[in-house]
Amino acid sequence: MKVLVAVKRVIDANVKVRVKADGTGVETQNVKMSMNPFCEIATEEAVRLKEAGKVTEIVAVSLGNAQCAETIRTALAMGADRGIHVQTDVELQPLAVAKLLKAVVDKEQPGLVILGKQAIDDDANQTGQMLSALLGWPQATFASKLVLNDNNTANVTREVDGGLETIEVKTPFVMTTDLRLNEPRYASLPNIMKAKKKPIDALTPEQLGVDPTPRLKTLKVTEPPKRSAGIKVKSVAELVDKLKNEAKVI
Amino acid sequence: MSILVLAEHDNASLKSATLHAVTAAQKIGGDIHILVAGAGAQAAADAAAKVAGVSKVLLADDAIYGHALAENVAKLIVGLAPNYSHVLSAATVNGKNILPRAAALLDVQQISEISAVESADTFVRPTYAGNALTTVQSSDKIKLITVRATAFDAVAETGGSAAVEKIASAGDAGLSKFLGQEVQKTERPELTSARIVVSGGRGMQSGDNFKMLEEVADKLGAAVGASRAAVDAGFVPNDYQVGQTGKIVAPELYVAVGISGAIQHLAGMKDSKVIVAINKDEDAPIFQVADYGLVADLFTAVPELVKELNK
Repeated sequence: MKVLVAVKRVIDANVKVRVKADGTGVETQNVKMSMNPFCEIATEEAVRLKEAGKVTEIVAVSLGNAQCAETIRTALAMGADRGIHVQTDVELQPLAVAKLLKAVVDKEQPGLVILGKQAIDDDANQTGQMLSALLGWPQATFASKLVLNDNNTANVTREVDGGLETIEVKTPFVMTTDLRLNEPRYASLPNIMKAKKKPIDALTPEQLGVDPTPRLKTLKVTEPPKRSAGIKVKSVAELVDKLKNEAKVI
Repeated sequence: MSILVLAEHDNASLKSATLHAVTAAQKIGGDIHILVAGAGAQAAADAAAKVAGVSKVLLADDAIYGHALAENVAKLIVGLAPNYSHVLSAATVNGKNILPRAAALLDVQQISEISAVESADTFVRPTYAGNALTTVQSSDKIKLITVRATAFDAVAETGGSAAVEKIASAGDAGLSKFLGQEVQKTERPELTSARIVVSGGRGMQSGDNFKMLEEVADKLGAAVGASRAAVDAGFVPNDYQVGQTGKIVAPELYVAVGISGAIQHLAGMKDSKVIVAINKDEDAPIFQVADYGLVADLFTAVPELVKELNK
């Protein structure tokens, strides 16, 4: 079975994001960029499936500007076999990404598509669900465990509001990863070197027949109200007294 | 305009997240209908009919809706959506799972986790773990929106007298099946609607040590939460996680114990009314958002706290 993994380039999770003074967005100049952490988990899961002999090929797909190729290289260094870069400088929103990925899936015919449940930049949590809808496939979102069965089904355990839930889906299907699915590896230096030789195909939205024009117009981006630090109390007794008599919350 | 709100429920009762989504619908303005898709969900529909400001409840009662499988519920929404200007859901796990699927089928770019309504087509939503607030305007004919419950007050649970209209099932998509669940049984309030939340982090060192926090929580009638570090370490189950990609909470009192305060954790709790931090590291970032900070070893401070609360 072939697996397709979608990987997104985002501002690194450890960067303190700053809103631009003109309110048009956030500062991205000279800011460290990385693969979205949930996409790392997606890539890791695919690589583990291949190591377990359940998967024969892993294709890593990223969409966006020229630098997204670096994110594909990261996935290749982790163990993906080849990359597809859908190149565009247009701002991509989840519906457009889902349409572009659907076009790639139509060409590649994978048995499973793995995506992160959410990107830590726009925090939308939509793309996997939208892609499975457009494909008419089942969706297994927020996955913490995947078991591929022999009868063209899979059991997926999902992180839900009250705990965990397990569903059975027919293959092919779309899965989105939650944090507990696995712990992604660091790419080793030899694998980083090897990744440089792996092929990345470039495509455009036009070639895929998709109009990626954003549906949502960003009117402004502002900083949230700042919360200021309060006081330090010296003892537990003082803390309880403040909560009872000053804040009046207990 | 009329607005359809997807109910979050357990067939027997309506979850409070729905009440917050109804408030968001009121801010948009229009006739508000609630959709209850469930199995044996008459009681949940009756509860929805009593919610203030709701003019109609649609009840789709079918075994296939028993576990809110996205493929089936989205199919139902797609059939109903053309009658509405907006379709809303609270940004619960179910809402996040179902609504984007419906949106794609309707060729709509969903607006996720709104925190404010500017007008019928313009909304504010937190991005970058809440470090930016983005105002977006939708050009789609129907707007599909998930609502961050903590950003909107709950509408009154009673006072309404909407009619409950039974609607036909949209049928089984036949793509997925519910097999089972492991749900934590607890007498404590739900994390997302609790008045007080007591959370532990990596500093707790083990799952056993969370018993101390449970004791505090039970004294205060609080829910117990955790940082991602504590969940990843296996101290507590996944549904305890508060943060950017876990649960978003905004209780009257949030007590963070042994939590350093990573941006991703702050994103899930910084709208709490009063924040208390107990941490032995006086430079921990959590103190920058805490109203009351106590620099202390939690293993002495928490037992003392229990004693003080017993007084």
